[in-house]
Amino acid sequence: MKYVDEFRDPDKARALVHEIESLAQQLDITRQRPLQLMEFCGGHTHTIFRYGIEQMLPDSIELVHGPGCPVCVLPMGRVDDCVALAERPNVIFTTFGDAMRVPGSRKSLLQAKADGADIRMVYSPLDALDLANNNPDKEVIFFALGFETTMPSTALTVLQAEQDNINNFSLFCNHITTVPTIKAILDSPDMQIDGFLAPGHVSMVVGERPFDFVAETYEKPIVVTGFEPLDILQSIWMLLKQLKENRHDVENQYARIVPADGNAAGLDALSKVFELREFFEWRGLGSIDHSGVKMRDDYAQYDAERKFSVPNLKIADPKSCQCGEVLKGTIRPWECKVFGTQCTTETPMGALMVSTEGACAAYYNFGNLDELLNKRNQKSQLSAASA
Amino acid sequence: MCLGIPGEIVEITDSEKKLALVDVSGVKRPVNIACIVDDEHPVESCIGDWVLVHVGFAMSRIDANEAKITLDLLNELGEAQAEVEAMQASGQ
Repeated sequence: MKYVDEFRDPDKARALVHEIESLAQQLDITRQRPLQLMEFCGGHTHTIFRYGIEQMLPDSIELVHGPGCPVCVLPMGRVDDCVALAERPNVIFTTFGDAMRVPGSRKSLLQAKADGADIRMVYSPLDALDLANNNPDKEVIFFALGFETTMPSTALTVLQAEQDNINNFSLFCNHITTVPTIKAILDSPDMQIDGFLAPGHVSMVVGERPFDFVAETYEKPIVVTGFEPLDILQSIWMLLKQLKENRHDVENQYARIVPADGNAAGLDALSKVFELREFFEWRGLGSIDHSGVKMRDDYAQYDAERKFSVPNLKIADPKSCQCGEVLKGTIRPWECKVFGTQCTTETPMGALMVSTEGACAAYYNFGNLDELLNKRNQKSQLSAASA
Repeated sequence: MCLGIPGEIVEITDSEKKLALVDVSGVKRPVNIACIVDDEHPVESCIGDWVLVHVGFAMSRIDANEAKITLDLLNELGEAQAEVEAMQASGQ
Protein backbone atom coordinates (compact mmCIF):
# COMPACT_ATOMS: atom_id res chain seq x y z
CA MET A 1 0.00 0.00 0.00
CA LYS A 2 1.29 3.42 -0.93
CA TYR A 3 2.96 5.36 1.93
CA VAL A 4 2.71 2.27 4.16
CA ASP A 5 4.93 -0.52 2.81
CA GLU A 6 7.90 1.83 2.46
CA PHE A 7 7.76 2.45 6.21
CA ARG A 8 7.87 -1.26 7.06
CA ASP A 9 11.15 -2.16 5.33
CA PRO A 10 13.08 -4.59 7.61
CA ASP A 11 16.51 -3.57 6.24
CA LYS A 12 15.92 0.05 7.11
CA ALA A 13 14.63 -1.02 10.54
CA ARG A 14 17.87 -2.90 11.20
CA ALA A 15 19.91 0.14 10.19
CA LEU A 16 17.93 2.36 12.56
CA VAL A 17 18.23 -0.10 15.45
CA HIS A 18 21.98 -0.11 14.87
CA GLU A 19 22.08 3.71 15.09
CA ILE A 20 19.87 3.64 18.19
CA GLU A 21 22.16 1.11 19.91
CA SER A 22 25.24 3.17 19.26
CA LEU A 23 23.61 6.42 20.45
CA ALA A 24 22.20 4.72 23.57
CA GLN A 25 25.71 3.62 24.55
CA GLN A 26 26.96 7.19 24.35
CA LEU A 27 24.37 8.63 26.75
CA ASP A 28 25.25 9.39 30.38
CA ILE A 29 21.77 8.39 31.62
CA THR A 30 22.01 4.82 30.35
CA ARG A 31 25.07 4.19 32.54
CA GLN A 32 22.91 4.69 35.63
CA ARG A 33 19.48 3.40 34.60
CA PRO A 34 17.47 2.47 31.54
CA LEU A 35 16.24 5.39 29.48
CA GLN A 36 12.44 5.79 29.71
CA LEU A 37 10.60 6.99 26.63
CA MET A 38 6.82 7.32 26.65
CA GLU A 39 4.62 6.76 23.65
CA PHE A 40 1.46 8.62 24.64
CA CYS A 41 -0.78 7.23 21.94
CA GLY A 42 -2.46 3.82 21.95
CA GLY A 43 -1.95 3.60 18.19
CA HIS A 44 1.80 3.71 18.78
CA THR A 45 1.49 1.05 21.51
CA HIS A 46 -0.28 -1.16 19.00
CA THR A 47 2.48 -0.74 16.36
CA ILE A 48 5.19 -1.33 18.97
CA PHE A 49 3.67 -4.69 19.95
CA ARG A 50 2.57 -5.76 16.52
CA TYR A 51 6.09 -5.39 15.13
CA GLY A 52 7.98 -6.41 18.28
CA ILE A 53 9.78 -3.07 18.49
CA GLU A 54 10.58 -3.46 22.22
CA GLN A 55 12.47 -6.67 21.44
CA MET A 56 14.52 -4.87 18.77
CA LEU A 57 15.69 -2.17 21.18
CA PRO A 58 18.68 -2.47 23.50
CA ASP A 59 17.93 -3.17 27.21
CA SER A 60 19.03 0.36 28.01
CA ILE A 61 15.81 1.74 26.45
CA GLU A 62 12.42 1.16 28.05
CA LEU A 63 9.17 2.18 26.42
CA VAL A 64 6.46 3.37 28.80
CA HIS A 65 2.99 2.99 27.35
CA GLY A 66 0.93 6.12 27.98
CA PRO A 67 -2.79 6.65 28.51
CA GLY A 68 -3.60 7.66 24.93
CA CYS A 69 -6.28 5.09 24.21
CA PRO A 70 -9.68 6.79 24.48
CA VAL A 71 -11.55 3.53 25.02
CA CYS A 72 -9.15 2.44 27.78
CA VAL A 73 -9.47 5.59 29.88
CA LEU A 74 -13.26 5.73 29.70
CA PRO A 75 -14.61 5.41 33.25
CA MET A 76 -17.13 2.69 33.97
CA GLY A 77 -19.83 5.24 34.81
CA ARG A 78 -19.67 6.58 31.26
CA VAL A 79 -20.22 3.08 29.84
CA ASP A 80 -23.24 2.80 32.13
CA ASP A 81 -24.49 6.12 30.72
CA CYS A 82 -24.14 4.71 27.20
CA VAL A 83 -26.11 1.61 28.15
CA ALA A 84 -28.81 3.76 29.80
CA LEU A 85 -29.12 5.90 26.66
CA ALA A 86 -29.13 2.84 24.40
CA GLU A 87 -31.87 1.16 26.45
CA ARG A 88 -34.24 4.11 26.11
CA PRO A 89 -37.24 3.34 23.92
CA ASN A 90 -37.11 4.66 20.38
CA VAL A 91 -33.34 5.17 20.41
CA ILE A 92 -30.74 3.90 17.94
CA PHE A 93 -27.40 4.12 19.73
CA THR A 94 -24.38 4.24 17.42
CA THR A 95 -20.75 3.73 18.31
CA PHE A 96 -17.31 2.89 16.95
CA GLY A 97 -16.72 -0.85 17.28
CA ASP A 98 -13.88 -0.39 19.81
CA ALA A 99 -16.29 0.67 22.54
CA MET A 100 -18.68 -2.27 22.28
CA ARG A 101 -16.93 -4.62 24.71
CA VAL A 102 -15.82 -2.18 27.42
CA PRO A 103 -17.36 -3.46 30.67
CA GLY A 104 -19.84 -1.24 32.49
CA SER A 105 -20.97 -1.89 36.06
CA ARG A 106 -24.08 -3.69 34.78
CA LYS A 107 -23.16 -4.64 31.24
CA SER A 108 -21.22 -3.69 28.15
CA LEU A 109 -22.84 -2.24 25.02
CA LEU A 110 -22.43 -5.65 23.42
CA GLN A 111 -24.44 -7.27 26.22
CA ALA A 112 -27.03 -4.50 26.04
CA LYS A 113 -27.37 -5.20 22.31
CA ALA A 114 -27.83 -8.91 23.00
CA ASP A 115 -30.54 -7.95 25.52
CA GLY A 116 -32.45 -6.15 22.78
CA ALA A 117 -31.21 -2.54 22.74
CA ASP A 118 -30.83 -1.10 19.23
CA ILE A 119 -27.08 -0.54 19.18
CA ARG A 120 -25.22 -0.28 15.90
CA MET A 121 -21.54 -0.14 15.13
CA VAL A 122 -20.64 2.55 12.63
CA TYR A 123 -17.40 3.32 10.86
CA SER A 124 -18.06 7.06 10.69
CA PRO A 125 -20.26 9.60 12.53
CA LEU A 126 -21.58 10.44 9.04
CA ASP A 127 -23.05 6.91 8.88
CA ALA A 128 -24.87 7.68 12.14
CA LEU A 129 -26.23 10.88 10.61
CA ASP A 130 -27.45 8.87 7.60
CA LEU A 131 -29.28 6.53 10.00
CA ALA A 132 -30.97 9.56 11.58
CA ASN A 133 -31.95 10.85 8.15
CA ASN A 134 -33.38 7.46 7.15
CA ASN A 135 -35.20 6.87 10.47
CA PRO A 136 -36.98 10.16 11.20
CA ASP A 137 -39.18 8.57 13.87
CA LYS A 138 -36.15 7.40 15.89
CA GLU A 139 -33.64 9.30 18.01
CA VAL A 140 -30.12 8.47 16.79
CA ILE A 141 -27.36 9.04 19.34
CA PHE A 142 -23.70 8.87 18.35
CA PHE A 143 -21.16 8.00 21.05
CA ALA A 144 -18.48 10.63 20.30
CA LEU A 145 -15.20 9.33 21.56
CA GLY A 146 -11.54 10.04 21.02
CA PHE A 147 -8.87 12.69 21.32
CA GLU A 148 -8.50 15.70 18.99
CA THR A 149 -8.03 13.26 16.08
CA THR A 150 -11.74 12.45 15.88
CA MET A 151 -13.12 15.79 17.16
CA PRO A 152 -13.26 17.51 13.74
CA SER A 153 -15.24 14.60 12.27
CA THR A 154 -17.91 14.68 14.97
CA ALA A 155 -18.00 18.50 14.90
CA LEU A 156 -18.44 18.53 11.12
CA THR A 157 -21.18 15.90 11.42
CA VAL A 158 -23.08 18.12 13.88
CA LEU A 159 -22.66 21.10 11.52
CA GLN A 160 -23.97 18.92 8.68
CA ALA A 161 -26.99 17.89 10.82
CA GLU A 162 -27.70 21.57 11.45
CA GLN A 163 -27.40 22.42 7.77
CA ASP A 164 -29.65 19.54 6.71
CA ASN A 165 -32.12 20.32 9.49
CA ILE A 166 -31.86 16.82 10.96
CA ASN A 167 -33.22 17.10 14.50
CA ASN A 168 -33.31 13.48 15.63
CA PHE A 169 -29.50 13.25 15.83
CA SER A 170 -27.35 13.93 18.90
CA LEU A 171 -23.89 13.27 20.31
CA PHE A 172 -23.03 11.72 23.64
CA CYS A 173 -19.82 13.70 23.85
CA ASN A 174 -16.85 12.02 25.54
CA HIS A 175 -14.02 13.61 23.61
CA ILE A 176 -10.85 14.12 25.59
CA THR A 177 -7.86 16.41 25.14
CA THR A 178 -4.19 15.54 24.93
CA VAL A 179 -2.24 18.47 26.33
CA PRO A 180 -3.71 18.60 29.89
CA THR A 181 -3.16 14.87 30.13
CA ILE A 182 0.50 14.99 29.13
CA LYS A 183 0.88 17.84 31.61
CA ALA A 184 -0.73 15.72 34.36
CA ILE A 185 1.77 12.94 33.61
CA LEU A 186 4.70 15.39 33.69
CA ASP A 187 3.46 16.80 37.02
CA SER A 188 3.09 13.42 38.73
CA PRO A 189 5.73 13.06 41.46
CA ASP A 190 7.07 9.65 40.42
CA MET A 191 7.50 10.75 36.80
CA GLN A 192 10.79 9.71 35.25
CA ILE A 193 10.21 10.01 31.51
CA ASP A 194 13.21 11.16 29.48
CA GLY A 195 11.40 11.88 26.23
CA PHE A 196 8.05 11.61 24.48
CA LEU A 197 6.74 10.28 21.20
CA ALA A 198 3.91 12.74 20.51
CA PRO A 199 0.68 11.39 18.99
CA GLY A 200 0.89 11.81 15.21
CA HIS A 201 -2.78 12.05 14.38
CA VAL A 202 -3.66 14.39 17.25
CA SER A 203 -0.83 16.59 15.94
CA MET A 204 -2.26 16.36 12.43
CA VAL A 205 -5.25 18.30 13.83
CA VAL A 206 -3.66 20.57 16.47
CA GLY A 207 -0.18 21.00 14.93
CA GLU A 208 3.19 20.97 16.69
CA ARG A 209 2.94 24.13 18.80
CA PRO A 210 0.66 22.77 21.58
CA PHE A 211 3.59 20.53 22.61
CA ASP A 212 6.03 23.42 23.04
CA PHE A 213 5.49 23.38 26.82
CA VAL A 214 6.98 19.88 27.06
CA ALA A 215 10.25 21.14 25.57
CA GLU A 216 10.25 24.63 27.05
CA THR A 217 8.75 24.27 30.54
CA TYR A 218 9.58 20.66 31.33
CA GLU A 219 12.76 20.54 29.23
CA LYS A 220 11.99 17.14 27.71
CA PRO A 221 12.53 16.25 24.05
CA ILE A 222 9.38 15.36 22.13
CA VAL A 223 8.99 14.06 18.58
CA VAL A 224 5.72 13.99 16.61
CA THR A 225 5.62 10.39 15.38
CA GLY A 226 3.92 8.36 12.65
CA PHE A 227 2.42 4.91 13.02
CA GLU A 228 4.55 2.57 10.92
CA PRO A 229 7.42 0.66 12.54
CA LEU A 230 10.08 2.79 10.83
CA ASP A 231 8.33 5.95 12.02
CA ILE A 232 8.58 4.78 15.62
CA LEU A 233 12.21 3.69 15.31
CA GLN A 234 13.20 6.91 13.59
CA SER A 235 11.52 8.97 16.30
CA ILE A 236 13.31 7.03 19.04
CA TRP A 237 16.55 7.74 17.19
CA MET A 238 15.63 11.45 16.99
CA LEU A 239 14.89 11.54 20.75
CA LEU A 240 18.25 9.92 21.49
CA LYS A 241 20.02 12.41 19.25
CA GLN A 242 18.41 15.28 21.15
CA LEU A 243 19.43 13.76 24.48
CA LYS A 244 22.99 13.22 23.20
CA GLU A 245 23.19 16.86 22.08
CA ASN A 246 21.55 18.10 25.32
CA ARG A 247 18.64 19.53 23.39
CA HIS A 248 14.94 19.50 24.21
CA ASP A 249 12.95 20.54 21.17
CA VAL A 250 9.67 19.69 19.49
CA GLU A 251 10.58 17.83 16.31
CA ASN A 252 8.33 16.38 13.62
CA GLN A 253 9.16 12.97 12.21
CA TYR A 254 5.71 12.69 10.58
CA ALA A 255 5.86 15.73 8.31
CA ARG A 256 4.27 13.79 5.44
CA ILE A 257 1.00 13.96 7.40
CA VAL A 258 1.47 16.64 10.08
CA PRO A 259 1.73 20.29 8.99
CA ALA A 260 3.34 22.50 11.66
CA ASP A 261 0.11 24.43 12.16
CA GLY A 262 -2.26 21.46 12.09
CA ASN A 263 -5.54 21.47 10.20
CA ALA A 264 -7.22 24.88 10.04
CA ALA A 265 -10.64 23.68 8.81
CA GLY A 266 -10.72 20.90 11.44
CA LEU A 267 -9.74 23.26 14.28
CA ASP A 268 -12.31 25.76 13.13
CA ALA A 269 -15.10 23.16 13.17
CA LEU A 270 -14.20 21.76 16.57
CA SER A 271 -13.94 25.16 18.24
CA LYS A 272 -17.32 26.10 16.77
CA VAL A 273 -19.06 23.07 18.29
CA PHE A 274 -17.05 22.20 21.41
CA GLU A 275 -15.69 23.99 24.46
CA LEU A 276 -13.49 22.74 27.31
CA ARG A 277 -15.08 21.06 30.30
CA GLU A 278 -13.81 22.19 33.68
CA PHE A 279 -12.60 18.67 34.31
CA PHE A 280 -13.07 15.17 33.00
CA GLU A 281 -12.89 11.89 34.88
CA TRP A 282 -10.42 9.30 33.54
CA ARG A 283 -10.30 5.64 34.37
CA GLY A 284 -7.27 5.06 36.55
CA LEU A 285 -6.02 8.64 36.44
CA GLY A 286 -8.91 10.34 38.24
CA SER A 287 -10.12 13.81 37.40
CA ILE A 288 -7.91 15.99 35.17
CA ASP A 289 -8.67 19.69 34.71
CA HIS A 290 -9.78 20.75 31.22
CA SER A 291 -9.11 17.29 29.83
CA GLY A 292 -12.41 16.91 28.01
CA VAL A 293 -14.79 18.91 25.86
CA LYS A 294 -18.56 19.42 25.91
CA MET A 295 -20.90 20.90 23.34
CA ARG A 296 -21.40 24.64 23.26
CA ASP A 297 -24.83 26.05 24.20
CA ASP A 298 -25.49 26.91 20.55
CA TYR A 299 -25.53 23.18 19.80
CA ALA A 300 -27.45 22.09 22.92
CA GLN A 301 -30.16 20.47 20.76
CA TYR A 302 -27.53 18.03 19.45
CA ASP A 303 -26.20 17.24 22.94
CA ALA A 304 -27.51 13.89 24.20
CA GLU A 305 -26.54 14.84 27.78
CA ARG A 306 -28.99 17.75 27.67
CA LYS A 307 -31.59 16.16 25.42
CA PHE A 308 -32.04 13.03 27.54
CA SER A 309 -31.45 12.39 31.20
CA VAL A 310 -28.10 10.68 31.67
CA PRO A 311 -27.47 8.99 35.05
CA ASN A 312 -23.85 10.26 35.18
CA LEU A 313 -22.94 8.17 38.22
CA LYS A 314 -19.36 7.67 39.35
CA ILE A 315 -18.58 3.97 39.51
CA ALA A 316 -15.37 2.67 41.05
CA ASP A 317 -13.33 0.18 39.02
CA PRO A 318 -13.23 -3.43 40.29
CA LYS A 319 -10.81 -3.62 43.25
CA SER A 320 -8.58 -6.26 41.71
CA CYS A 321 -8.17 -4.19 38.55
CA GLN A 322 -4.89 -2.26 38.33
CA CYS A 323 -5.55 -0.34 35.10
CA GLY A 324 -4.70 2.95 36.82
CA GLU A 325 -1.24 1.85 37.90
CA VAL A 326 -0.56 0.48 34.43
CA LEU A 327 -1.72 3.74 32.82
CA LYS A 328 0.62 5.76 35.02
CA GLY A 329 3.48 3.39 34.23
CA THR A 330 3.96 2.38 37.91
CA ILE A 331 3.52 -1.29 37.03
CA ARG A 332 3.84 -3.18 33.77
CA PRO A 333 0.64 -4.77 32.41
CA TRP A 334 1.77 -8.33 33.25
CA GLU A 335 2.46 -7.31 36.86
CA CYS A 336 -1.26 -6.69 37.45
CA LYS A 337 -2.76 -9.33 39.78
CA VAL A 338 -5.45 -10.40 37.33
CA PHE A 339 -3.57 -10.08 34.01
CA GLY A 340 -3.92 -13.18 31.86
CA THR A 341 -5.88 -15.10 34.50
CA GLN A 342 -9.19 -13.43 35.45
CA CYS A 343 -8.64 -10.64 32.91
CA THR A 344 -8.15 -11.77 29.32
CA THR A 345 -9.16 -10.41 25.92
CA GLU A 346 -12.09 -12.88 25.92
CA THR A 347 -13.26 -11.83 29.40
CA PRO A 348 -11.78 -8.38 30.01
CA MET A 349 -12.17 -6.85 33.48
CA GLY A 350 -10.35 -3.63 32.75
CA ALA A 351 -10.53 -1.40 29.72
CA LEU A 352 -6.83 -1.84 28.94
CA MET A 353 -7.61 -5.44 27.99
CA VAL A 354 -10.51 -4.47 25.72
CA SER A 355 -9.13 -2.21 23.03
CA THR A 356 -6.53 -3.40 20.54
CA GLU A 357 -4.74 -0.19 21.46
CA GLY A 358 -4.68 -1.02 25.18
CA ALA A 359 -1.34 -1.94 26.70
CA CYS A 360 -2.69 -5.07 28.43
CA ALA A 361 -4.36 -6.42 25.28
CA ALA A 362 -1.12 -5.77 23.39
CA TYR A 363 0.93 -7.79 25.91
CA TYR A 364 -1.74 -10.48 26.00
CA ASN A 365 -2.01 -10.81 22.20
CA PHE A 366 1.60 -10.35 21.21
CA GLY A 367 3.62 -11.35 24.30
CA ASN A 368 4.56 -14.82 25.51
CA LEU A 369 1.82 -15.34 28.09
CA ASP A 370 3.47 -18.22 30.02
CA GLU A 371 6.71 -16.31 30.27
CA LEU A 372 4.95 -13.14 31.47
CA LEU A 373 2.92 -15.03 34.09
CA ASN A 374 6.10 -16.74 35.33
CA LYS A 375 7.80 -13.39 35.58
CA ARG A 376 4.88 -12.07 37.63
CA ASN A 377 4.94 -15.06 39.98
CA GLN A 378 8.67 -14.75 40.51
CA LYS A 379 8.29 -11.06 41.24
CA SER A 380 5.50 -11.60 43.78
CA GLN A 381 7.49 -14.39 45.46
CA LEU A 382 10.47 -12.06 45.70
CA SER A 383 8.45 -9.27 47.24
CA ALA A 384 6.79 -11.75 49.64
CA ALA A 385 10.24 -13.01 50.68
CA SER A 386 11.58 -9.52 51.26
CA ALA A 387 8.48 -8.42 53.23
CA MET B 1 -10.46 4.66 15.45
CA CYS B 2 -7.27 6.70 15.81
CA LEU B 3 -5.37 5.01 12.99
CA GLY B 4 -6.04 6.42 9.56
CA ILE B 5 -5.61 4.74 6.22
CA PRO B 6 -4.22 6.27 3.03
CA GLY B 7 -6.41 6.46 -0.05
CA GLU B 8 -6.72 8.29 -3.36
CA ILE B 9 -9.56 10.68 -4.17
CA VAL B 10 -11.10 9.35 -7.40
CA GLU B 11 -14.35 11.28 -7.77
CA ILE B 12 -16.15 14.29 -6.32
CA THR B 13 -19.71 13.17 -5.54
CA ASP B 14 -21.15 16.30 -3.90
CA SER B 15 -19.25 19.51 -4.39
CA GLU B 16 -21.42 21.53 -2.01
CA LYS B 17 -21.21 19.03 0.87
CA LYS B 18 -17.56 18.35 0.02
CA LEU B 19 -18.08 14.63 -0.44
CA ALA B 20 -15.76 12.47 -2.55
CA LEU B 21 -15.20 8.84 -3.39
CA VAL B 22 -11.87 7.65 -2.02
CA ASP B 23 -10.18 4.47 -3.17
CA VAL B 24 -8.67 2.72 -0.15
CA SER B 25 -6.85 -0.44 -1.22
CA GLY B 26 -9.39 -1.04 -3.99
CA VAL B 27 -12.44 -0.32 -1.83
CA LYS B 28 -14.28 2.88 -2.74
CA ARG B 29 -16.11 4.73 0.01
CA PRO B 30 -17.71 8.17 0.34
CA VAL B 31 -15.47 10.46 2.37
CA ASN B 32 -15.92 14.01 3.58
CA ILE B 33 -13.04 16.16 2.34
CA ALA B 34 -13.92 19.46 4.09
CA CYS B 35 -10.71 19.39 6.15
CA ILE B 36 -8.36 19.31 3.14
CA VAL B 37 -10.16 21.86 0.97
CA ASP B 38 -8.98 25.49 1.05
CA ASP B 39 -8.40 28.42 -1.32
CA GLU B 40 -5.31 26.74 -2.69
CA HIS B 41 -7.07 23.39 -3.10
CA PRO B 42 -10.65 23.88 -4.36
CA VAL B 43 -12.88 20.81 -4.26
CA GLU B 44 -12.62 19.89 -7.94
CA SER B 45 -8.80 20.04 -7.88
CA CYS B 46 -8.59 17.28 -5.23
CA ILE B 47 -9.06 14.35 -7.64
CA GLY B 48 -5.88 12.27 -7.69
CA ASP B 49 -4.74 13.55 -4.29
CA TRP B 50 -3.59 11.02 -1.70
CA VAL B 51 -5.17 11.60 1.69
CA LEU B 52 -5.25 10.01 5.12
CA VAL B 53 -8.79 8.90 5.93
CA HIS B 54 -10.06 8.78 9.52
CA VAL B 55 -13.61 7.64 10.36
CA GLY B 56 -14.94 8.78 6.99
CA PHE B 57 -13.10 12.11 6.83
CA ALA B 58 -9.97 12.98 4.85
CA MET B 59 -7.91 14.60 7.60
CA SER B 60 -4.64 15.30 5.83
CA ARG B 61 -3.26 15.51 2.31
CA ILE B 62 -0.22 13.24 2.20
CA ASP B 63 2.82 15.31 1.37
CA ALA B 64 4.71 13.16 -1.16
CA ASN B 65 7.75 15.41 -0.91
CA GLU B 66 7.99 15.04 2.89
CA ALA B 67 7.49 11.28 2.56
CA LYS B 68 10.42 11.20 0.14
CA ILE B 69 12.65 13.24 2.47
CA THR B 70 11.97 10.81 5.34
CA LEU B 71 12.57 7.76 3.15
CA ASP B 72 15.76 9.26 1.67
CA LEU B 73 17.12 9.80 5.17
CA LEU B 74 16.26 6.22 6.11
CA ASN B 75 17.94 5.01 2.90
CA GLU B 76 21.08 6.96 3.71
CA LEU B 77 21.23 5.40 7.19
CA GLY B 78 20.87 1.95 5.62
CA GLU B 79 23.53 2.65 2.99
CA ALA B 80 25.97 4.10 5.51
CA GLN B 81 25.57 1.02 7.65
CA ALA B 82 26.02 -1.33 4.69
CA GLU B 83 29.24 0.56 3.90
CA VAL B 84 30.52 0.19 7.48
CA GLU B 85 29.63 -3.49 7.53
CA ALA B 86 31.45 -3.99 4.22
CA MET B 87 34.51 -2.24 5.65
CA GLN B 88 34.43 -4.40 8.77
CA ALA B 89 33.92 -7.62 6.82
CA SER B 90 36.54 -6.73 4.23
CA GLY B 91 39.40 -9.22 4.09
CA GLN B 92 37.99 -11.42 6.87
